[in-house]
Amino acid sequence: MGLTIVWLCLIVLIPLSTIFLRAAGLGWDGFVAVGLSARALSAYKLSFGTALLAASVNAVFGLLIAWILARYEFPGKKFVDAAVDLPFALPTAVAGIALVSLYAENGWIGSLLAPLGIRVAYTPLGVVVALIFIGLPFIVRSVQPVLADLGADVEEAAATLGATRWQTFSRVILPAIAPALLTGFALAFARGVGEYGSVIFIAGNMPYKSEIAPLLIVTQLEQFDYPGATAIACVMLVASFSMLLLVNLLQAWRAKRSAK
Amino acid sequence: MSIVIDAVSKRFGQFAALNDVSLEARPGEFLALLGPSGSGKTTLLRMIAGLDFPDSGHVLFDGADMTGTPAAERQIGFVFQNYALFRHMTVADNIAFGLTVRARRDRPAKADIRARVAELLDLIQLPDLGHRYPAQLSGGQRQRVALARALAVEPRLLLLDEPFGALDAKVRKDLRRWLRELHDRLGLTSVFVTHDQEEALELADRVVIMNRGVIEQIGTPREVYDMPATPFVSEFVGETNRIPVTVADGRVLHHGQALDVSPKALANGPAELHFRPHEALLGDDAPGALPIVVGAVHKRGGTWRVEARVDDIAVEIDTSGPLPERGARAGLRFDDVQIFPAL
Repeated sequence: MGLTIVWLCLIVLIPLSTIFLRAAGLGWDGFVAVGLSARALSAYKLSFGTALLAASVNAVFGLLIAWILARYEFPGKKFVDAAVDLPFALPTAVAGIALVSLYAENGWIGSLLAPLGIRVAYTPLGVVVALIFIGLPFIVRSVQPVLADLGADVEEAAATLGATRWQTFSRVILPAIAPALLTGFALAFARGVGEYGSVIFIAGNMPYKSEIAPLLIVTQLEQFDYPGATAIACVMLVASFSMLLLVNLLQAWRAKRSAK
Repeated sequence: MSIVIDAVSKRFGQFAALNDVSLEARPGEFLALLGPSGSGKTTLLRMIAGLDFPDSGHVLFDGADMTGTPAAERQIGFVFQNYALFRHMTVADNIAFGLTVRARRDRPAKADIRARVAELLDLIQLPDLGHRYPAQLSGGQRQRVALARALAVEPRLLLLDEPFGALDAKVRKDLRRWLRELHDRLGLTSVFVTHDQEEALELADRVVIMNRGVIEQIGTPREVYDMPATPFVSEFVGETNRIPVTVADGRVLHHGQALDVSPKALANGPAELHFRPHEALLGDDAPGALPIVVGAVHKRGGTWRVEARVDDIAVEIDTSGPLPERGARAGLRFDDVQIFPAL
């Protein structure tokens, strides 16, 4: 117990606390001026909004992939299973460059979408695409073992009792995997909020439009405005922590309500 | 409800799970599908349930073709080997599930569902456990909840896959008797799968013995025990001693010596003599008897079990005495034997 706390302090809490200390050096007015400036606010909105959207999209399609991996046998399954982890393993900058070359107006997918008037690269949509790519493994890897553990016989039991496929999904499977799905969602969301490398290539980084909060921090650092950077970091930290706390509370509430 | 299985075959890749299987269950019958693992018994049960579908052949309920009908529309109750209870639901919600998923116009009112659940909880003798979760129940209790859940939808047919497989011996015995009573009381048609011959013989009206995707024999417990149709049935049901013999011109020869048994219209050639421990009479090593060398003797229930050898083949004989000496030569005569052509 003691060791756990010492370790947690050393690795997580002390580095984080210095952020607050540095930010405190600004004073309240200075903090608000930088941390809650119009540019910073639009960056937060973009970062949290796109991360939320990407995590939601991943929750649906990640669940689908986890489902297929847990329930079906097909040639090349091992390959697909391994490919799911690629976004984990790939240096994020490589991912970013790959996405840009695909979605730029002269890229494979970008050139198909351009006539439809859809621009992906250098827009907030591009940010969402990058975050979907980055967040996918979190959902799949959280849900897959739970689905495998759930077993096909529970689905079959529901079917023999007369449930439709939708009823089986919504009343039997979803409640059983909800905690894992929520965990995966929270992880994907947290990763999305903090993601830097893959996003900056595809985002275009226009202030007020497609500039994400982590980039704003880096921009401040490059101008040697350390207190300014920490002020933004502070706001992000508090926001992220409260969202993760919310998810955890939701989990605890669920756990209390169902299996005691 | 009657079930007819008509010439059903099913392959999984290269493996022939069922090969041209035909079978009929009469209304109100309690049928056991008995066989070793891989014999196709579970596949057959899943096909009746609509969880698997045959490559060829037909499944009929009361004369109506159900071959392609999915499980949800068959009005059956299915009890899974590992119960497959919904872990996030209480016992009461588990039991009510089949009623609550019905389309609105067929769904009973909430109060009616509650009454039905209470009734079923009484039936499975767990009246006070409706609010618990499956994780808080013992194996035997879970099994009964799974049964109540299957019965809640008032199925025409109850299907059970190794219903007592995961339970310890004592609980198993009690549940067996209780299930049989329940079946008779509710007037159901039931089919259950088991690899335990004792269970099949005790519970079922008729036993279907399966091996490698085909039916070896269908009969009452008495028929399959006393008159096994094939060497496999003789070997699989009950204890059996097997001695290689030769059939020649209406006589049964063992090492050239004729035995006092009838070959029952068997063609000439190598054959196998099957007899159960209680079917042999221990006597002198006289002409016409099967010569044995006596080994260990021990008490078994009300009789003595004599271990002996015929050449190098170990045989077991039950006798009430007098007991032979160890190492003595003796002979066996038979009330009743089965002789099968050698494979």
